[in-house]
Amino acid sequence: MALFSNKNQYSTVKGFARQSKKKDIPRGLWEKCKKCSQTLYAKQLEENLNVCPKCGFHKALTAQQRVELLTDKNSFVEIDSDLESVDTLKFEGVASYTDKLAQNQKKTSMKDAVLSGTAKLDGQDYVIAVMDFRFLGASMGAVVGEKITRAIELATAKNLPVVIVTASGGARMYEGMISLMQMAKTSGALKRHANANLPYIVVMTHPTTAGVTASFASLGDLIVAEPGALIGFAGPRVIRDTTQAKLPEGFQTAEFLLEKGLVDKIIPRKNLRNELSLCLEYFQN
Amino acid sequence: MADITLEFEKPIVELEKKLEEWKNLSQSNNIDASDEITALSEKLEHTKKEIYSKMTPWQRVQLARHPQRPYTLDYINEVFTDFLEFHGDRRYRDDAAIVGGFAKLEGQKVMVVGTQKGRDTKENVYRNFGCPHPEGYRKALRLMQMAEKANVPVITFIDTPGAFPGVASEERHIGEAIAVNLREMFDLKVPVICVVIGEGGSGGALGIGVGNKVLIMENSYYSVITPEGCAAILWNDRAYSEKAAKALKLSATDLLGLGIVDGVVTEPLGGAHRDYANAANEIKKSVLSNLKDLQKMSTEQLVEQRYQRFRGIEFFNDGSEV
Repeated sequence: MALFSNKNQYSTVKGFARQSKKKDIPRGLWEKCKKCSQTLYAKQLEENLNVCPKCGFHKALTAQQRVELLTDKNSFVEIDSDLESVDTLKFEGVASYTDKLAQNQKKTSMKDAVLSGTAKLDGQDYVIAVMDFRFLGASMGAVVGEKITRAIELATAKNLPVVIVTASGGARMYEGMISLMQMAKTSGALKRHANANLPYIVVMTHPTTAGVTASFASLGDLIVAEPGALIGFAGPRVIRDTTQAKLPEGFQTAEFLLEKGLVDKIIPRKNLRNELSLCLEYFQN
Repeated sequence: MADITLEFEKPIVELEKKLEEWKNLSQSNNIDASDEITALSEKLEHTKKEIYSKMTPWQRVQLARHPQRPYTLDYINEVFTDFLEFHGDRRYRDDAAIVGGFAKLEGQKVMVVGTQKGRDTKENVYRNFGCPHPEGYRKALRLMQMAEKANVPVITFIDTPGAFPGVASEERHIGEAIAVNLREMFDLKVPVICVVIGEGGSGGALGIGVGNKVLIMENSYYSVITPEGCAAILWNDRAYSEKAAKALKLSATDLLGLGIVDGVVTEPLGGAHRDYANAANEIKKSVLSNLKDLQKMSTEQLVEQRYQRFRGIEFFNDGSEV
């Protein structure tokens, strides 16, 4: 796997790697860093795990790339790949939900915003679920909630740690209250996992907000975050509009939340695999 | 109480005024106006039924937010006796947007917890318009876990536009406070009944909303986002709030159909604010009958039923359908 060229061996997710590589980062293209505007050679950016070599900006990884980063080669076995969202409310909006789903499925080659499965990291068995922000802002609808819940339940049944890599714009409005109920469902599953004395590690990535923050993302035994990630419940604009308050410097960044005591540790992406592995090791009996 | 009339209620108020005028006229002038009065009364009843039976989701949102609607403490006064309010989260402060304490329901000991709005500007500042900070949720959890120790059921009343979106709220981790409540409410070893009595504002409502039974009053709403917020995001214009209210399926009957709530509590015609005592009585009946069912269950059954209640909210295609 040439995607990340360092000495660790990463697993390949069937059918995805080559396809998404072609689509997202066409060969030979230059790319501008979103933060510092530095023009970067796309391949170089990719080799640096999508982290800008100049300013350290952590550009999003796809769920597939994330799984490759955090699992041993060929160890990842996907679960619940067939789950697909449906327009239960027959939502009467600007665009139809069914169309939105189809567009996003085409764009991402995913059925919805979560990729989950069992895997090994440095030989350690665990269950991993990763949210992909490209799919409707990784908003939480019934499928996202169900896949997260099933991943947790599988970990409980198999006596395994669970790692969830979060990113989400919040609720899937098109699913109304069905969306909100996923917050309860996922948290309930985590209670059972915790009651079985099993570890749960959250990796918060940019941006982790709203209903996901107010449910499973904030419930990790360990909560680690990527540098610069936006983490919060209400969005900065809503807060400004509601309270007319001036927002503090760096408000709702991973660094801010480290200082305020929510985040255990900020881990730059290049260290994430090794540090996550070490975290899992400390929980091994 | 000064009356506040919603736009769609105006025909009713007009008729009420007319009826009142005729009554005064006939009394003061000793005229027999019984025919007019009877006709007007009938018309009034008919108009009320006509308007209130055909309310749109957006109109129900207006009723749910009616400034004269009974709030948690009003119901606590009407439904329970011997309310003993407790304060504080033992970590930071007391949040007046959530109230709670022991109370008796027809002599039965219970723990009651609810979000609380203010009636006037001064009280609304104190109650923060019913929008809790993290410490409100932490107080609520402390009291609910205390209920477990006392082995008494938990009754929660939900009426909030949402958890407070503010700097302090974020700094003290409102998301974490709600998340912990969700997780821990699943483990409560006593019956839990939640009643949405007004606004069920998203995560802020759900933060005290994990029950064995979730009930909603007829003119309440429960939504993942306010219609205004949804309109702003999807249509880029708050003027589409009415459309959003319809699309979100946030009304009591829609939610019952989806299995998001387990029962709808009927309200007096025209809304709970027109008759506190009657509204409270309906809540009391509903809570008592649900409680009776739950009290037949063992602790294990209660915890299992609560888990399955939320676990079973599944709306997707799992690939097995042809």
